[in-house]
Amino acid sequence: MKSSSDLLQQVRATIKEVTPEEADALRAEGAVLVDVREQVEWDAGYIPGAVHVPRSYLEQNIESHVPDRTSRVVLYCAGGTRSAYGAATLGQLGYTNVVSMSRGFEGWKALGLPTVSPTALTPAQQQRYSRHLLIPEVGTAGQVKLLESKVLIVGAGGLGSPAALYLAAAGVGTLGIIDFDVVEASNLQRQVLHSTSRIGEKKVDSARQTITALNPDVNVVGYDEMLLADNVERTIEGYDVILDGTDTFETRYLLNDAAVAAGIPVVHASVFRFEGQLTTFVPYVGPCYRCLYPTPPPPELAPGCSVAGVLGVVPGIMGLLQANEVLKLVLGIGETLSGRLLLFDALDASFSELKLERDPACPVCSDAARAARERGEAPNLAAYPTDAPFVLERVQ
Amino acid sequence: MSRVLIPSVLRPDVGGVKAVDVDGATIGEVVDSLLERHPALGGRLLAPEGGLHRFVNVYLNGADVRYLAGLETKVDDRDEVRLLPAIAGGSGWE
Repeated sequence: MKSSSDLLQQVRATIKEVTPEEADALRAEGAVLVDVREQVEWDAGYIPGAVHVPRSYLEQNIESHVPDRTSRVVLYCAGGTRSAYGAATLGQLGYTNVVSMSRGFEGWKALGLPTVSPTALTPAQQQRYSRHLLIPEVGTAGQVKLLESKVLIVGAGGLGSPAALYLAAAGVGTLGIIDFDVVEASNLQRQVLHSTSRIGEKKVDSARQTITALNPDVNVVGYDEMLLADNVERTIEGYDVILDGTDTFETRYLLNDAAVAAGIPVVHASVFRFEGQLTTFVPYVGPCYRCLYPTPPPPELAPGCSVAGVLGVVPGIMGLLQANEVLKLVLGIGETLSGRLLLFDALDASFSELKLERDPACPVCSDAARAARERGEAPNLAAYPTDAPFVLERVQ
Repeated sequence: MSRVLIPSVLRPDVGGVKAVDVDGATIGEVVDSLLERHPALGGRLLAPEGGLHRFVNVYLNGADVRYLAGLETKVDDRDEVRLLPAIAGGSGWE
């Protein structure tokens, strides 16, 4: 009876082997490198340009990767054993120009030859995000994008709560949350990130506990502060998308102006009783908040939720639509609401859509404002005082 | 007649209804007809210097009249005019 080393010796005698240095030279000449290791080994790193065909699928799958049986093929595994058997198998399949790389990937690495370390999903992540992985538009590449993305949620309240939960569940890798408030009993009718036992706690801390319990993949960056002119730039820096869940006009304009300057898209929503408005502001592509509303209304025309009230599900629905916009922006799929304002009426259960335009005279995002910004000049907002609202005038 | 859709924040000034049907060949005339019937709205919509406040956007069949002909924009029968002010409510930063 043969021992395994006898068999290996016998197989080696029937194939040709090359050193890692020789394999590298063949690679430069255009040979196909086939990595026959298991998925977990591949995920930890591989030779640039290699194709992955695990040993167990080699006979079945090699033809789709290397259809031409005369192609120069270099097989490798971790140490040179599995690739030796693989080379013999390919010989049986009629491949005439196959070699096995002795010493394998470990030998390759030991020589300091180049490797690629892909961001791959762990088995736990493959399980957690399996329903995403099944969608061709998301898949592993999309899920990796989500895990590498950074989304800032301004306000851990009615809009921010549902959005944060679903973005965390979706595997957005970094969720920044800025809120200076503490959890109050009156928040719990709609702010589902928080709970009765956390009344009196900082919203940022409460949000972190809920999100971490839901998905430990998410790095929560909490900002227990108010968004102000002197911290807005450093707070938003480095984020891919901002979700605006503020409910004061002052913060909204501040955020808008800073986000346009930083080139970061803002997904905006606001709610009033049974109604919601939603759009996505993509700097210089579509309008910004100032194009939509150059000046804020007086307080009596725009009361907040604490004065006017809101049906709890309305920010829930609008917050999830915001999360949907964020996911599309991160994944680069679908059509965002840039240039469109979506209106929701809970009583009619109806959606309406309005067309938005970039204001060519916008003090923040017009071409002239952009050019001025690129010259290092601050936008001139003096002509846009909040106490002298714009007027839609009759042509005389 | 065109139909003016009234946002909920302005409904108390029009007797609580969601829409008002009014006559008018331009946006300006439609607004005049609306204000004639519901004068209380004037205080909300009109700027002291004349015209409409800019925090109330006006859309004709879904398009902002600022990018059409403003108050001179022609309005046809059965067109839909929507008044839309900015709304504040967000996450509950109060």
